[in-house]
Amino acid sequence: MEHKKMINKKKLENLSSQLIMLLVLLVVLFPMIYAIIVSTQTNAEYFRFPPRITPGSGILENYSEAWHKGNLGRLLFNSTLISLVVAFGKIILSILAGFTFVYFDFKGKFFFFIIILITQMLPLPVRIVPTYMLMSQLNWVNTYWALTIPFFASATGTLLFRQLYMMIPRSFADAAKVDGVNSLQFLWHIVIPLSKTNIAALFLIEFIFIWNQYLWPLIVGNSQEVRVVQIGLKQLIDTDAAVNWNVLMSGTVLGMIPPLIILIVFQSSLIKGLSLADEK
Amino acid sequence: MQTKFKSSKWLPYLLLSPSVIIVFIFFIIPSSESLYYSFFRQNITGTRKLFVGFENFTRLFMDPEYIDSLIRSFLFTVIVVVFGLTISLGIAMIANKKLRFFNMYRTLLIWPYALSPAITGMIWALMFNPTIGVASNLLNNIFGISFNYINNSTHAMIFICVAAIWKMLGYNIIFFLSGLQNVPPEILEASIIDGANAWRRFRTILLPLISPTTFFLIIMNTLYAFFQQFGLLHVVTEGGPGRATDLLVYKLYRDGFISMNTGYASAQSIILLLIVAAVTFIQFKSSEKSVFYGT
Repeated sequence: MEHKKMINKKKLENLSSQLIMLLVLLVVLFPMIYAIIVSTQTNAEYFRFPPRITPGSGILENYSEAWHKGNLGRLLFNSTLISLVVAFGKIILSILAGFTFVYFDFKGKFFFFIIILITQMLPLPVRIVPTYMLMSQLNWVNTYWALTIPFFASATGTLLFRQLYMMIPRSFADAAKVDGVNSLQFLWHIVIPLSKTNIAALFLIEFIFIWNQYLWPLIVGNSQEVRVVQIGLKQLIDTDAAVNWNVLMSGTVLGMIPPLIILIVFQSSLIKGLSLADEK
Repeated sequence: MQTKFKSSKWLPYLLLSPSVIIVFIFFIIPSSESLYYSFFRQNITGTRKLFVGFENFTRLFMDPEYIDSLIRSFLFTVIVVVFGLTISLGIAMIANKKLRFFNMYRTLLIWPYALSPAITGMIWALMFNPTIGVASNLLNNIFGISFNYINNSTHAMIFICVAAIWKMLGYNIIFFLSGLQNVPPEILEASIIDGANAWRRFRTILLPLISPTTFFLIIMNTLYAFFQQFGLLHVVTEGGPGRATDLLVYKLYRDGFISMNTGYASAQSIILLLIVAAVTFIQFKSSEKSVFYGT
């Protein structure tokens, strides 16, 4: 009797937890669903009162208007190119730095380690005016250079790889040395293949981070040629006196799909990477 | 400690040089220049420059707009951190109870992490649009509140807080979940079951056990609240109505790039640097053992 009661209580608890989680899921995902819904509605449909959350019949018109008026093809291309280049740049530089800190002894090691870590303390707003002035001196304003090169260093990545490499069994390097393998061969043939999960996790984090940048591209990337999707969508808001929400949401949906795909594809690595980062 | 490779003397430096060069050119030198310019009155083209000592700083702290912006930024940060983390921890504790579909929940909850503050802003602006927004209509029908973030300063502040908290929810939940996974299930059960002592157990047993995660998230969310809001503000409120949502980064942008007031903007950069330094210092002091992991 008592036992049965317990089981019933447990079931009830589980059921309520499930309901709460479904509600949470709805709250968390609703804005994205709503954006998709409005992107399918015609003007007449989304101006109805009260607003309805049912798909409409304007999907083709909205997306084609957003695509043409917002020049979305170019914007998405720029965002993709810049995010890919920076993500790979950061991965390569961080692997090299992490590897060097773990597998070499050299003068100034601690100094250089601090130098790379310090980037964490210097977010863009702290150095924005001089960095902008540097861009204009280099003639980098409105070029891909300004949107990629300054982001190549990564404290997060360096720490992530350094930590991973410290956990590689000592015997690996010992064996390599006995076999006369030099450090770069060891890096290429042994260490990099062991870094796959971390590479994927870092790729995910950095791709999304760069894709979502706003302040820097607003200042140094505001020409047709190099403009990214975040800034382009803001322009879509500003061009008309009244916002065409359905067209804007079409652009918004297109602008959020690429990072979302990256997230979905590499999510398992992120969780593995995180649990790895949690280990003491 | 790993076995070290012997190599020519310059190889380690060669391997480090790309990172170190980038850090020097784009981080360390510009930051030092921020400090340097903060002592000058100058326009952005650099044609005229006048040494003024601490005048930019004294002007800052005499400027009611700046003081206001400072207070609003701290208020915003506290709200985002406290509410964001409390809600996330609550959700994570529910989701962690060996729930069926656990993996599905975890997969879907992180989705907003992929959205930019700007895009988040656009979607939330639509939802809370005073006339056609589905959320503002709901508020009006159920609570009789006519929510208007465009005209009402308080509503605007609430609006950016809610949008900013929403964007980080998934990220926070995932980290809390991975923290909770290391807590023995009995302790967790005991702290969740309703009862007079549940809160006590939660506070004295569970909370200390997940404190490294909590602490890490407090730091991350603080930096997020201070430095990642520009897109949201620029897209939705442009600092308004009036200066109601004119947070520090937005004010810096206005002074540096709209009014072209280099010295004044640089002084604001230095204040921001002091804020990051304080956060970093606290982080170092309190979590020398726990592992650093940033975005």
